[in-house]
Amino acid sequence: MSDGNEQGGRPDTVAPAIELRGISKAFGPVQANKDIAIRVMPGTIHGIIGENGAGKSTLMSILYGFYKADRGEIFISGKKTEIPDSQAAIAAGIGMVFQHFKLVENFSVLENVVLGAEDGARLKPSLAKARLLLTDLAKEYELNVKPDALIEDLSVGYQQRVEILKALYRKADILILDEPTGVLTPSEADHLFRILKGLRDEGKTIILITHKLREIMDVTDTVSVMRRGEMTATVKTAETSPEELAELMVGRKVLLRVDKKPATPYASVLEVENLRVVDENGVERLKGIDLQVRGGEILGIAGVAGNGQSELLHVLGGYMNGTGNIRVNGNEIDLTGKHSDGQSRRERGIAHVPEDRHREGLILDFFAWENMIFGYHQAPEYQKSRWFMDNNAIKQATAEKMERFDVRPPITGLTAKNFSGGNQQKIVLAREIERDPELLLVGQPTRGVDIGAIEFIHQQIVALRDKGKAILLVSVELDEIMSLADRIAVMFDGQIMGERLPSETDERELGMLMAGITDTGRADTASSTGAQRVDNPGIGV
Amino acid sequence: MDVMPKWADAFLIPLFSILLAFVISALVILAIGEDPIAALKLMIEGTFGRSEGFGYMLFFATNYMFTGLAVAVAFHARLFNIGGEGQATLGGLGVALVCLSVPWPHWTLALPFALLGGALFGAAWAIIPAYLQAKRGSHIVITTIMFNFISSALMVYLLVEVLKPEGSMDPTSARFVDGTNLPRLSDILGFFGIPFSSAAPVNISFFIALLACYLIWLLIWRTRLGYEIRAYGQSESAASYAGISPTRIIMIAMIISGALAGCMAINSVMAAERLVLNSVEGAGFIGIAVALMGRSHPFGIVLAALLFGFLVQGGAEIDFWTSIPRELVVVIQALVILFTGALDNMVRMPLERLFLMFRRKKPEGS
Repeated sequence: MSDGNEQGGRPDTVAPAIELRGISKAFGPVQANKDIAIRVMPGTIHGIIGENGAGKSTLMSILYGFYKADRGEIFISGKKTEIPDSQAAIAAGIGMVFQHFKLVENFSVLENVVLGAEDGARLKPSLAKARLLLTDLAKEYELNVKPDALIEDLSVGYQQRVEILKALYRKADILILDEPTGVLTPSEADHLFRILKGLRDEGKTIILITHKLREIMDVTDTVSVMRRGEMTATVKTAETSPEELAELMVGRKVLLRVDKKPATPYASVLEVENLRVVDENGVERLKGIDLQVRGGEILGIAGVAGNGQSELLHVLGGYMNGTGNIRVNGNEIDLTGKHSDGQSRRERGIAHVPEDRHREGLILDFFAWENMIFGYHQAPEYQKSRWFMDNNAIKQATAEKMERFDVRPPITGLTAKNFSGGNQQKIVLAREIERDPELLLVGQPTRGVDIGAIEFIHQQIVALRDKGKAILLVSVELDEIMSLADRIAVMFDGQIMGERLPSETDERELGMLMAGITDTGRADTASSTGAQRVDNPGIGV
Repeated sequence: MDVMPKWADAFLIPLFSILLAFVISALVILAIGEDPIAALKLMIEGTFGRSEGFGYMLFFATNYMFTGLAVAVAFHARLFNIGGEGQATLGGLGVALVCLSVPWPHWTLALPFALLGGALFGAAWAIIPAYLQAKRGSHIVITTIMFNFISSALMVYLLVEVLKPEGSMDPTSARFVDGTNLPRLSDILGFFGIPFSSAAPVNISFFIALLACYLIWLLIWRTRLGYEIRAYGQSESAASYAGISPTRIIMIAMIISGALAGCMAINSVMAAERLVLNSVEGAGFIGIAVALMGRSHPFGIVLAALLFGFLVQGGAEIDFWTSIPRELVVVIQALVILFTGALDNMVRMPLERLFLMFRRKKPEGS
């Protein structure tokens, strides 16, 4: 593990900003981090890339004092440092920007920045100090945020800046960002990267955790790859390629594109007209959606998370009320009332792989076999009598489905939480696809799924399409939409901004639509038929 | 990944909790200058040494099985039914009304109707908080606690103003007819020629409670309804994805829960042969501890109910034979409740660490 010391590209006379030696951490029998060694040189942007579950977040949690390592040492600027809690991490000059922001929604920017780092009992001096600092930082790094704005009024991109400001206010020299672009539009992400580069040029050290190869290539100086709890390599970004990194991540060459034939769509299966949803706060989340999905095609809904895609899936899935018209194979579907629930949707041939498999798709404390019938537990073949379920038949069916979908380990009596993300998703997918639905709703099919399973999941979705079924795919991963969808509709602020064919668009144009800019200088292809050849654009890494 | 094997979770944790509670109880007894070993001996002898004491233990355990099941069923739907006390009180009213309204010729006729009466009244008392929770979002903990108070006030009114026989000074109902007397365990065992104290009130209800445990086990783990109840309890969001109606589950789970609590009255009220004030005697609350300790599993509930039956009976012995005050017996029971119910993590965390240590020494299995 000492060969990591040669990496980093700085003379050995400079002490690394962070050096970890032999860090190990186990959760029960799961070894999340195995003998990790890494040196992060000051004034660099250091990327840490790896599949979900590779141990990136665990490692950073150890560095930020959330977990205590079982073994190993941490050196900050050459000095051995103990980090028992986050206070110690802050004292050591480490700042963390979490994937899910830790902000008080109804506080102002200034109050959030100061929160927990007040100088004394009186708030005013701290606030004044913070205001001064904020103006300085705004000038220096394009980090301009209105100090008095309330967090709830800010966009996600701005909220993230507040998180960065919080860290800087606490005099952080080392900034850790955990999957920072997951919630950002492409242009917001670009802005973030400019900020990060600016901070780096001022001598700050930045650790960027991500699973997006493109970001690593764009913005980092050095990149470390994690696989199954181990640090497999540390290389200079300039000397590597996305293909090499992908291979290091999974330990084998992966197909970064989806193998599929051009779509041959049949008749329209799903027709949505003027669909509107108002949430409990009276905010209109869907503002008149019109769309159509035909049998044998995949309609991809692109968009930044939170622009109504979830609501669209929830309404179609039957557990959110809406107004408008939805027809499946010509039959009108109820959008409110007694016949608008998950059960009646399934009876109409609508299957749904929900976006959040932990909260919706699975019951984590249930066994695999109990999860394999979830939502279909009223199906006659699973019943022994009027009241009793036929558990043996269910286990039998589950074992077969687990084998067909290569769920590992293939143990029907294992609780869902004990499967990896990819295998959990395969359970959900097996359950929904094996019912042979007319329409499959799929939300974020590969979120938190390792690359090996992604390939398999994409193949299954395409296979269902090739059987002539209609598929509505919602994903915030543009790459996924670009490679999987036969048609792309972009959602922004509860509306469809436009439809494109993957062969006739690119990520830049989609990114503009995702940001609400319709004037992309190209024509809408909403009315064009799917008979056109669909070129596979691959993944634009 | 589960840190501990299932058996450790189910048995070791309650065991250590009880041991801890006993150790601290012993310290308390020591502190007031009494001998804890002698006290424990007295409890054990007083319960297992004589068939009368043993019979009382089973009698109490019968009550706790019903109320423990009541709490457990609701708990599977993630509803914390604190109202077992009130539901059992109303169940008592239901049983009493059934017993008083008809001159029952034989217990075989009286029992099914009494059971029905107790269940109906208990369920009815649970329906109102359930409806408020399902439709109005009023928290079930708050409403069921309030309903406990209402039930005891209602019972005082009914016993003083309505059910009390003319001329009596005692706020109790009239005596039930002899046809409602349930066969006691001594009668049943005597049929097989086994001697058992006829002074102990334990009766056929004990077997009905055991049957109820089995039926609830079937309901929770074998039926579609049980599946839906557990699914809703584990994840409300997942349940709504699957099309399981929250309203339906809340109502049904609470109806079953209230009915079970109400059924307790066939034991307590029919054995007393009249309805008295406070016929439940805290069994509704002990049911919470029983359910917690039994991990909401019917088998665990049987064991926990027996343990609490032992504590109550043994406590009565201590109260009777020693100068340890009655209040201290309650303290001991409270300690057991505290350790098994509320301080679960205090025992769990060190145990989990212990298991981790053992596992790490072994070569890596995964």
